Amino acid sequence: MLRPDLAVIAAHVAPGSRVLDVGCGDGTLMQALRDKRCDTRGMEIDAENVGICVGKGLSVIQGDADSDLAFYPDQSVDYAILSQTLQTTMRPDLVLDELLRIGRRAFVSFPNFAHWRVRLSLLWRGRMPVTRLLPVAWYETPNIHHLTVGDFRELVRSRGIRAEGAWFLSGDRQCSAAAANFRAEHAVFLLSRE
Amino acid sequence: MARMIDRSAPLPHLHFHIMSTMPITDAAQVLHLAQPLPLDGGQSLADVRIAYETHGTLNAAKDNAILICHALTGDHHVVSNHPRTGKPGWWVRMVGPGKPIDTDRFFVICANVIGSCMGSTGPASPAADGRPWGMRFPVITIRDMVRGHVALLDALGIDSLHAVVGGSMGGMQALSLAANFAERTRAALVIASTARHSAQNIAFHEVGRQAIMADPQWRDGDYYAHGKGPEKGLSVARMAAHITYLSEAGLTEKFGRRLQDREEKTFGFDADFQIESYLRYQGLAFTDRFDANSYLYITRAMDYFDLAEEHGGLLANAFAGSQARFCLVSFDTDWLYPTADSRNVVHALNAAGLPVSFVELSAPFGHDSFLLDVPALDRVVEGFLGESGQNA
Repeated sequence: MLRPDLAVIAAHVAPGSRVLDVGCGDGTLMQALRDKRCDTRGMEIDAENVGICVGKGLSVIQGDADSDLAFYPDQSVDYAILSQTLQTTMRPDLVLDELLRIGRRAFVSFPNFAHWRVRLSLLWRGRMPVTRLLPVAWYETPNIHHLTVGDFRELVRSRGIRAEGAWFLSGDRQCSAAAANFRAEHAVFLLSRE
Repeated sequence: MARMIDRSAPLPHLHFHIMSTMPITDAAQVLHLAQPLPLDGGQSLADVRIAYETHGTLNAAKDNAILICHALTGDHHVVSNHPRTGKPGWWVRMVGPGKPIDTDRFFVICANVIGSCMGSTGPASPAADGRPWGMRFPVITIRDMVRGHVALLDALGIDSLHAVVGGSMGGMQALSLAANFAERTRAALVIASTARHSAQNIAFHEVGRQAIMADPQWRDGDYYAHGKGPEKGLSVARMAAHITYLSEAGLTEKFGRRLQDREEKTFGFDADFQIESYLRYQGLAFTDRFDANSYLYITRAMDYFDLAEEHGGLLANAFAGSQARFCLVSFDTDWLYPTADSRNVVHALNAAGLPVSFVELSAPFGHDSFLLDVPALDRVVEGFLGESGQNA
């Protein structure tokens, strides 16, 4: 079973596309896309995960989204994918630009920091949330740039990026765009340059 | 450049036979090239012999062959015992039935490079006049070594390798084969290697060469009739090189400042420290198994290696004709061919649009990690070679 945000992405990548999965982890999404005859390449920061991917026959480069995307040619893939990784980068805005330089389109998924559970934790307990989506305490989390659905929409708008599609997830169910900034745990956006 | 392209063409009309008189083990065979081997230096080399070993079975389609390329002082005895030292083959931990390079599944070939002294034609081999080549042997390149390998593939009837695999200088050959004979391999696995020798790499080699040439026993390379030749010089060359194969942390852990078989310093120049004793032993042992002139020629070939330079200065251009899968592996403690060298190749392959994997593995042994017990390397090698190509 694919993680819900990955399932959304896998379902909306056209078969046979060229794909770069940035932060591909153990290659689960790449495998699903390979089954759709996609030409998949991956980047992953963790050496053990890279080893797992190579063992699956996937082409994955150990690298850092903040520094190593520069070496990919312009418009060299149909989709650049960044799942659950944006909030761990040093400069999410620049990474977003890189994704749309390399890919004609980009899928970006991230945990929504404005989900009601997160809000409650801050409002009632005055503490950084530890939820099923954000299970790690503030001092050891890799998430250094928490963001909300509202923040992301504004960033995208300000950089002249078009949101071709958006999917909002609560658990494994989708929820409506209207209340997304309150109800969505995950958001998935399909982006392109305007 | 046309000259280069002509040389890249396969050599026609080769025949080979087994030389039963070679003083090497049963698994080893020798290919005798009927045609002269063209060389980058402009000359060609006649009467070339290529010693090699094979393991496993070539399938009917002849598409399960893996060529393993050896390092500077290595040889084709990848799993069989070394004929002079009696030690096990240099990659027994990686190659064999059920091992990461599985001889139950793959037909594994390992050939001694030309210029070497382990069975293939080199400076210690007899020239046309019957006397050893010595310094009359032409300077060769990594690509010349690969031409020898390709001639062997021709003789074995192998059009396209499942993969070419190599560490260190073997990795240079793997890159050169994938770039210059692109149709001859479907994958390349390059471990602890580089696409060009750096100034520091050349510097260490030059120290070694000068040590050999400064030894009066070297006699301008014409020492074969005078005993063992420049043992002292070759020993010093090996000592200097050996340091570059290890890591500072590894040396500290293994030797530290511990003294060798003594309680106190002697206030002399004996090998007081264990590290001195170890290096002297390594240097001396090396002279029993390696020819000094071969060391000069092979280090020169490595120094000359610059794959980008061969292709107009842009490394990505080197791979323009390739459709192979690539995997590069570096080690975090390797300062001879550091991770940046591998990344440089990865970026070029990316620019060429080729499927490439890369991982920097953590291992304490420095450059030599590729020969030693690094389980993560086994997994990567097995995983990469086990796949017969996807992403199509």
